[in-house]
Amino acid sequence: MTEVKLAGESFLTDDFLRQLIDVGEVDILVGVATHNNAKTIGSIVETIQAGILTYFPRERAVIVNADGGSRDGTPDLVVSAAIGDARSPSKLYALRTLHSISAQYASSPARGTALRTILAAAELLRARACAVISPESTQITTDWLPAVLRPIYSEEFDLVLPTYRRHRFEGILLSNLLYPMTRALYGLRIREPYALDFAFAGRLGSRFLSQNAWHDETARAGSETQFTLAAIAGGYRICQSFLGNKEHVERRSADLVPAMRQTAGALFASLEPNFSLWNSRTGSQPIPTAGAEPEFTLEPLRVNRKRLREMFSIGVAELESVFQSILCPSTLAELQRIAQLEESRFRYSAELWVKTVYEFAAAYHKSVISRDHIIQALVPLFRGRVFTFLVENRNGSAKDVEDNVETLCLEFERLKPYLLEIWNGRE
Amino acid sequence: MWEMIISELTQAVHELARGFAHILPRIIVLVIMAFAGWMVAYFLKVFLRSILRLIKFDKLSENAGASQLLTKAALPSATEVLSRFVFWVAWLGFILLGVRVLGILGLEEQIAKFFLFLPRLFVALFTIFFGMLGATFLSRAALLAAVNANLPSPRLLSVSIRTIIIIFVLSMAFEEVGVAEETMLVAFGIAFGATMFGLAIAFGTGGKDLAREFLEKRLVRGTSKDEGKEDDLSPL
Repeated sequence: MTEVKLAGESFLTDDFLRQLIDVGEVDILVGVATHNNAKTIGSIVETIQAGILTYFPRERAVIVNADGGSRDGTPDLVVSAAIGDARSPSKLYALRTLHSISAQYASSPARGTALRTILAAAELLRARACAVISPESTQITTDWLPAVLRPIYSEEFDLVLPTYRRHRFEGILLSNLLYPMTRALYGLRIREPYALDFAFAGRLGSRFLSQNAWHDETARAGSETQFTLAAIAGGYRICQSFLGNKEHVERRSADLVPAMRQTAGALFASLEPNFSLWNSRTGSQPIPTAGAEPEFTLEPLRVNRKRLREMFSIGVAELESVFQSILCPSTLAELQRIAQLEESRFRYSAELWVKTVYEFAAAYHKSVISRDHIIQALVPLFRGRVFTFLVENRNGSAKDVEDNVETLCLEFERLKPYLLEIWNGRE
Repeated sequence: MWEMIISELTQAVHELARGFAHILPRIIVLVIMAFAGWMVAYFLKVFLRSILRLIKFDKLSENAGASQLLTKAALPSATEVLSRFVFWVAWLGFILLGVRVLGILGLEEQIAKFFLFLPRLFVALFTIFFGMLGATFLSRAALLAAVNANLPSPRLLSVSIRTIIIIFVLSMAFEEVGVAEETMLVAFGIAFGATMFGLAIAFGTGGKDLAREFLEKRLVRGTSKDEGKEDDLSPL
């Protein structure tokens, strides 16, 4: 089957296929999807190499770089990262060859295609365990490799997702939507369903590679989230591993829309094919976690709350015609009411937020308007929820923040029957 | 004299009877055609209505914004309007075919013109429907993008895009059916040109600082570095 793909069906370039043939079969594959990451990629690749040399010296390993058309020489930095640089500090020596190869999958970045390239490479090289590391993970240490790969290599897990020590206001889209909703629907307490640093077993990678609709633009968005959801739906063994600090990455305001597509979009899209899986599940179960529990840090952070609330109010007013197609009249009326409130009295309650998200999910299922428009319309409302989350946790301790997230999760679980009610009910 | 009158009258009656005998079968054909046409048209209406309900045409029409227009005009749903329209066009077509059999001079040409006009009418209607669908989709996309990018007057932008597309689509439809072809073309040219000219003046005079800022941001590296940041928050 592999030979057939090599001969004609593979979407990989001839040059990349030649590089893969030169590498041969491997035990461990580490994939890094890049686009103009010259500033950080060198040190990350060196750390990966050092991690492999330290913890997996006997395994055949390869670092695969899937590049989305970098113009700053990122692929060259990956390929040329010298093994000597990695082993010099601790005098480490690999007992097998450690390859670094690179492929440009397109002239512009596309996360889904990058993941597909890594999965295809893993399948062709028959890798037993694969890790994917984000080029933005500058806080990576050599311990990350065993943390994500050991559960697969030694304990037969299929997917290892990360948990981090994060700032309390970082990853609010995860803590206020993706984590609680995934938990409520699929019954598993996975803190980072959208993971950029994770590991998976070769069999799961091959399954996802063959099942996913890669030709569909919508399906490619949020492929990381889809990967997690596919593992849940397929009944694969999933665990979490604590990786330490998650460094702050600056985002532009416009980044929130693609982030919403990658998370909520992928989650909503998964609900239809997996209806029989999630409709009967109640409550949630923890999953095995290696290392410490996820933590929140409390350093001060500059946040313009006023702007968030303004963008929420403007969104509610300007998108009224769009919301009329998506939301129940009572939910819309409540949103319009709170949009009028003064900043000091404004509160987007957990119950209203959960109802909003569930109504969006049902509208997405029924395609009341373009599905991408439904996802985009959720962005201004999410800003309102962020405002409330910031206010509620302004002076809270790490435990208070954790309790706040837990309360929201329970609200998502409590209102799950509401989603089932509107899933097929309201036109 | 009296015999002559009787003879002329008899001849006239004979001619009338002959003429009636000549046209009667054609009238019967017309009635049969009209009846058969009604049956075919009714079948088409029922069939089309089922198909349209199956493909949820009303929802598509709602998305296109056509349903709102129909509601405002106190008309039934888009599915009903379209199926009734097809019924009447089909029945009228059969009736006209029947009328053609009567052989009335001058009418044949008009009937032929009517049948030649039908495809153009359908093309125009489809242009309007899909044009409205496109206008609604693009104006909503612009509205969402403007709101999420925090641009000023998102609804004005959205309505402008919708209006321009609808004007464009209507001019295409009128051109297709050949109604006031030149008038529509000139009107569209004037309206579009005036809008663009107005916008150019407005942007040129009112927004010169904004334009400079925009160009600086795009072309000069390192300026306005903090613009557009999501307040130091990373959602993921």
